[in-house]
Amino acid sequence: MTRFSGWNVFWQGMTGQKGWARQWRDPQPKSHYDVVIVGGGLHGLATAYYLASNHGIRNIAVLEKGWVGGGNAGRNTTIVRSNYAQPGNREFYEHSLKLWENLSHDLNYNVMFSQRSHIALLHSPGAIDAASRNYNTMRLTGTPDAEIWDLDRLKQAVPHLNYAADARFPIMGAAVQTRAGTARHDAVVWGYARAADQLGIDIVQNCGVTGVVREAGRITALETPRGRITAGKIGFAVAGNTSRLWTMAGLGRLPIESHKLQAFVSEPLKPLLDQVVVFGMGGSHFYISQSDKGGMVFGGDLDWYKSYAQRGNLPIVQDVAEAAMSVMPCLGRVKLLRHWAGVVDMSMDGSHFICRTPLDNLYLNTGWNYGGFKATPASGWWFADLIANDRPAPMIANFDLKRFERGLQIDERGAGPDPKLHG
Amino acid sequence: MTARRLDQGGRIDRATPLTFRWDGKELTGYAGDTLASALMANGERVLGRSFKYHRPRGIMSAGVEESGAIVSVGQGARQEPNVKATMQELYEGLETRGQNAWPNVRRDLGAVNGLFGRFLAAGFYYKTFMGVPLFEWGRGTGLWMKYETLIRKAAGMGRASREADPDQYDHAHAFCDVLVVGGGPAGLRAALTAAEAGRDVILVEQDFELGGDLLNDPAGEAERGALVRSVERAGVRVMTRTTAFGLYDMGVAGLVERVSDHLSAPAAYLPRQRFWTVRAGATVLATGALERSVAFGGNDRPGVMTANSGRSYLNRYGILPGERIVVATTNDSAYVTAGELAAAGAEVTIAEARNAPGCELPAGVTLRTGVAPLKAEGRSKLRALRLARPNGAGWQAAGREACDLLLVSGGWSPVVNLASHRGVKPEWDAELACFLAGDCDEPVYMAGSAAGVWTREACETSGVEVAKRAMGLASNPPAAGGWTAPIRPLYEVRLPGRKAKAFVDPQHDVTCSDVRLAHQEGFVSVEHLKRYTTLGMATDQGKMGNIIGLALMAEALGKEIPAVGTTRFRPPYTPVAIGALAGRNVHGHFKPLRRTPLHDWNLRQGATMTDAGLWHRPWYFAGPGETLGDAYVREAATVRQTVGICDVSSLGKIAVQGPDAAEFLNRVYTNGFAKLAIGKARYGIMLRDDGMVMDDGTTWRIGEADFLMTTTTTNAGRVMVWLEELLQLRWPELKVHVTSVTDQWAGVSVAGPKSRAVVAACLRDPDSVSHETLPFMGVAPVVLRDGTEGLIARISFSGELAFELYVPGNYGEAMMEQLWTAAARHEGCLYGLEALGTLRIEKGHVTGAELDGRVTIRDAGLGGMASTKKPYIGKALQERPELQRPDRPRLVGILPKDRSKTFNGGALLCKPGAQSGFGEGWVTAVTHSPALGHWIGLGYISGGHDQWVGQLAIAADPVRGEPVEVEIVSPHMFDPEGVRMHG
Amino acid sequence: MIRIPCPFCGPRDHAEFSYGGDGSITYPALDAPLEAWHDAVFLRENICGRQVETWQHVHGCRLWLKVERDTMSHEIYSVTPADPALAKVLEGGE
Repeated sequence: MTRFSGWNVFWQGMTGQKGWARQWRDPQPKSHYDVVIVGGGLHGLATAYYLASNHGIRNIAVLEKGWVGGGNAGRNTTIVRSNYAQPGNREFYEHSLKLWENLSHDLNYNVMFSQRSHIALLHSPGAIDAASRNYNTMRLTGTPDAEIWDLDRLKQAVPHLNYAADARFPIMGAAVQTRAGTARHDAVVWGYARAADQLGIDIVQNCGVTGVVREAGRITALETPRGRITAGKIGFAVAGNTSRLWTMAGLGRLPIESHKLQAFVSEPLKPLLDQVVVFGMGGSHFYISQSDKGGMVFGGDLDWYKSYAQRGNLPIVQDVAEAAMSVMPCLGRVKLLRHWAGVVDMSMDGSHFICRTPLDNLYLNTGWNYGGFKATPASGWWFADLIANDRPAPMIANFDLKRFERGLQIDERGAGPDPKLHG
Repeated sequence: MTARRLDQGGRIDRATPLTFRWDGKELTGYAGDTLASALMANGERVLGRSFKYHRPRGIMSAGVEESGAIVSVGQGARQEPNVKATMQELYEGLETRGQNAWPNVRRDLGAVNGLFGRFLAAGFYYKTFMGVPLFEWGRGTGLWMKYETLIRKAAGMGRASREADPDQYDHAHAFCDVLVVGGGPAGLRAALTAAEAGRDVILVEQDFELGGDLLNDPAGEAERGALVRSVERAGVRVMTRTTAFGLYDMGVAGLVERVSDHLSAPAAYLPRQRFWTVRAGATVLATGALERSVAFGGNDRPGVMTANSGRSYLNRYGILPGERIVVATTNDSAYVTAGELAAAGAEVTIAEARNAPGCELPAGVTLRTGVAPLKAEGRSKLRALRLARPNGAGWQAAGREACDLLLVSGGWSPVVNLASHRGVKPEWDAELACFLAGDCDEPVYMAGSAAGVWTREACETSGVEVAKRAMGLASNPPAAGGWTAPIRPLYEVRLPGRKAKAFVDPQHDVTCSDVRLAHQEGFVSVEHLKRYTTLGMATDQGKMGNIIGLALMAEALGKEIPAVGTTRFRPPYTPVAIGALAGRNVHGHFKPLRRTPLHDWNLRQGATMTDAGLWHRPWYFAGPGETLGDAYVREAATVRQTVGICDVSSLGKIAVQGPDAAEFLNRVYTNGFAKLAIGKARYGIMLRDDGMVMDDGTTWRIGEADFLMTTTTTNAGRVMVWLEELLQLRWPELKVHVTSVTDQWAGVSVAGPKSRAVVAACLRDPDSVSHETLPFMGVAPVVLRDGTEGLIARISFSGELAFELYVPGNYGEAMMEQLWTAAARHEGCLYGLEALGTLRIEKGHVTGAELDGRVTIRDAGLGGMASTKKPYIGKALQERPELQRPDRPRLVGILPKDRSKTFNGGALLCKPGAQSGFGEGWVTAVTHSPALGHWIGLGYISGGHDQWVGQLAIAADPVRGEPVEVEIVSPHMFDPEGVRMHG
Repeated sequence: MIRIPCPFCGPRDHAEFSYGGDGSITYPALDAPLEAWHDAVFLRENICGRQVETWQHVHGCRLWLKVERDTMSHEIYSVTPADPALAKVLEGGE
């Protein structure tokens, strides 16, 4: 395998690009693995990678029903941040951000993590106080880059926002995390796939699970179009389809609902916005950044009704466009190039699950709401740790399916047990 | 390309010359021109630069698929980047310029990138730019971000305006029986057929004229005219300059109508564009087909166009696009073009990839068979075409033809994009070498060349028959196809072992080598191919290149095209202005502002407003020279000393009526409501199902079966929906009706020792507010001195003797005038939200800052209001163990140890010397208390104030300031016994 | 756009409605044990396909509705008022 480096880009350029091999193999699945991860998205691939790199387990398959990264990995707005404040989330996302910071080097793949700052606009003294509580929490829990900016500083850093004094919601300041930013979503998928493959992991595409064979409290085998596969341990990491697989395993109900979240990209433009900007007022929610290619990448709320369909509907398109115009009125003549939707597992408190299940050898990774992309490295890291050691590390102790019975809701928004309200 | 305008012919109006500017140069065109045709007629060849290599690009087509002539239009706040010159109508004064180039598109220093092309293969950026060259040493993202700054500057295409878009956009809605998309022969016939059968039909056409390909054919003009007239006579609603950009669930289409983009001085009342939501019973997609090119060396050079666009420039715009023209084709469709160009005076050679043409050779045209384009020579001007002929499975050189224009027809791709939005899978037709839409299980039908029907007559028949099908009638649409000799599928021409820059996606500079490299590296699924190479992600969304890319991948895999698959098209079909999608819901109309009945009155009194949910409420009423701080402290002090009046109209008000109303409230609130006496109000807390506090407020019993519930301003809508849900879904047996009456009432709070005197002065019967008639928490109907009937309740948020007085909304100002006159006699004041905050913080009353959706009734210090005698919503789940922990943060009062100091809301409360981690609690609200003479706050801290007696805490606020030592006290910091409000 | 045939107002865009949630849940009695409430409030079948769900015609008649809908195709099979008495009235029963 040719290492990725400037030298090799030069050398391969000189020699006709002949030396680049497949970035990951296309193996026939074996009939048995020590660990099978179902789901070749970001979390599944990262889990496999860390199982091998952190825990020395090599006999692993990742089963993907389509092509790797075809689900939410390739449908998100690529924002990476750790400005979560609730215990549990706070440490988890900060760990994730730390892993992101060196991910390109760890994977030898440029995932283009651009620490360009995440700027949440604030419009009232009350909002500044509420944000300060969260950002103070970040400061005191080891995140040095949490800042509250006043209007002057914001204007200097982000000149093209709507600073009109008579704006519907005049801006008063911003909560800023400077280490946050964006990454190239597909590159992260491919980077993990390539690195996992180099560690001997079989990434099997076009191999969806069609049946789960159970015996007492265990899964004995998975049925796939490419044959029956047995495994010592099995991890589900199939955002959007968790309940379908869960039902296939005969396991009843889960504290999640599948909803669709739309994303939008404009035509490419010369640099217009250098940060990630987030707006939330008047029941509206909007986030925007500019990709390295130049497209404005933006999104808003869920389509508000449960859905497994990867296609959006017009009302949210309008809502998001209205918010876009409210935040950046210069976008009026910028044209929307594509919009699409991903199916997200919305949980009852807006937080995720990385946990054991009622079956001895089955482990579950689900409930990422809007947050799955940024969580990728830590999700893989700790899911691998759980699978390898068969016990939840303190970092994920409360991300189990029983937390609601205990009375623990890790609810960043305080929205309550309605999955569509968490974002 | 040496194009010139002909003296006659075309659909342009030579009597109406139009002046426009291109890169600062003044040029002339005619009415009926597009920007592209006008530039072509003026001899402008290089109109754009490509994304990566900055190669010179000219006009490649005459339609929405344009990938070369992409320019910026307008100036200042109206600058629009990334406009396809082929779609921009010319108008007097049109201002245009090239983009993605410096100093200009003709001489672009960025073209130096082309020299390094060999290093810039697909995905090269994933392999480097991570660390220190050459071996990517280092850690972190620092170096990448330096590279990124340079990459971002080089990337992007046009530059967006930095100013707010000054134009208006409209939203409009329509319904119809049949929506026909596309106004070519098939669409016109379909619309006519359906309309004549009595259906309500909307016909949309993205062009500014109806006719589709008929517009390119002078001989068909009479027929076109007749057809258009019949369509109009039949009552079809015709919308030109309108693009159906997306199909959504249940027959809903999104359209964008370009209302004034073609006008030099649009009337002020006209929007720039209109976004239509159309709900159609059935949809006929007569969206036509797009001609595709072939990949060969230099196929992106200015002077290489699709064959049919050559015909379009000749017949529609009256331009001879070249003098020596090679028409390279794989099918019969280009022969007419060749013949017409020859007849117009060009020297035309057909390079036919097949061994024999399928139709007659037009007069004056030279034919070479069995040859295909190999390499276009020239830089910004085409000089010659090198040809190749088949040699076994590959190709070998077959001479050179000097030419100044190359027209290529690699076949036709039906526009199946809109069907794809509905999840229809395109199916490969090997004989026609194109994808056709498969069956759709919704009433969406393909007609004409969009269904792969190639001849005009058959397209018209297709329109008629498909319209019948859309109406549920028996029909027999013609089969796809129609050429006498089959197409020779051809996607790439190259000599073995030779390097050539052959473009698959010219806009994104994706070459054949890039596709093969993607294959070599394992990116073989169509979606991986697209994402790794960026093929099809440019502004044409792969209209030009997708099929070629698929074919190359199929070849590399040794498979057939259908085995490789196709990507799903996403809306919009062509890019849509964000302004159009937002419509009028911008500026002041974004999330429309809610105003209380006293809004204008408050403003007249000098109120500074603040947002409260969607409402504007008075924040403070500054006197001369007063700051916010001066004003609220004065207001709060005045309330405590004499009297203050505050607009509380935005509080949610819900009429809860019916024989079971008391029982209903008893279930919704944690405390008892069953026995609330008529004429009494009670403060209540309601929980969510999960046991967390949802909202609070007072509910007044006005009659046996008549209650008025008040809610917080922000939760009013949510509580209303919640009550309706409970009544209709969970307890339909309860005979209760709820009605939101928030907007019916204007409400004020009159608070302070003099409040009774002020209110009494305004009432017909001043005794009706005496302590005996209206005790604490009493409610009564009242009549103002002017006869206005209202409701009064003796309730207090401020902790003072206080009344809430409600009158019908329209009488609000009149009530205010009376109260304000009376208050003036007592040197009273108006007070806003900030002073309201001060008063309630002093009293330890909670609001949204404390009830953040994560606190239980016990956390909020209101555990005493949780009945143990009856069940209520949320009771079961609040018993969960984590919610019972004694160390949960509880509501407390907070005082600075050094009373001269202040601290901030949002500060964390920590143990001294332990300013790390999550802390012990947090500060929710802070104010300067005039009653206590120093700053005070509310907040939550582990265990509540009992656990902190004699212990200091630190209010740590690292994001804003220095830590402050604070004392933790009971939240009831002022008049804890409530003597003042009961008095 | 989903078009929902409101039994009171007729077919309308789904933007006029707000989605409630899983319509198959039966909420326990207020004094039912914690476990029953936990299951009703926190657990979902999350069906891919045809399911019964609740919607409110919040910008219309404000009826809460039981809607049988496919969560993949979004096709709607039936819409009835959630309140059985109202359902009966609108069916013309009483």
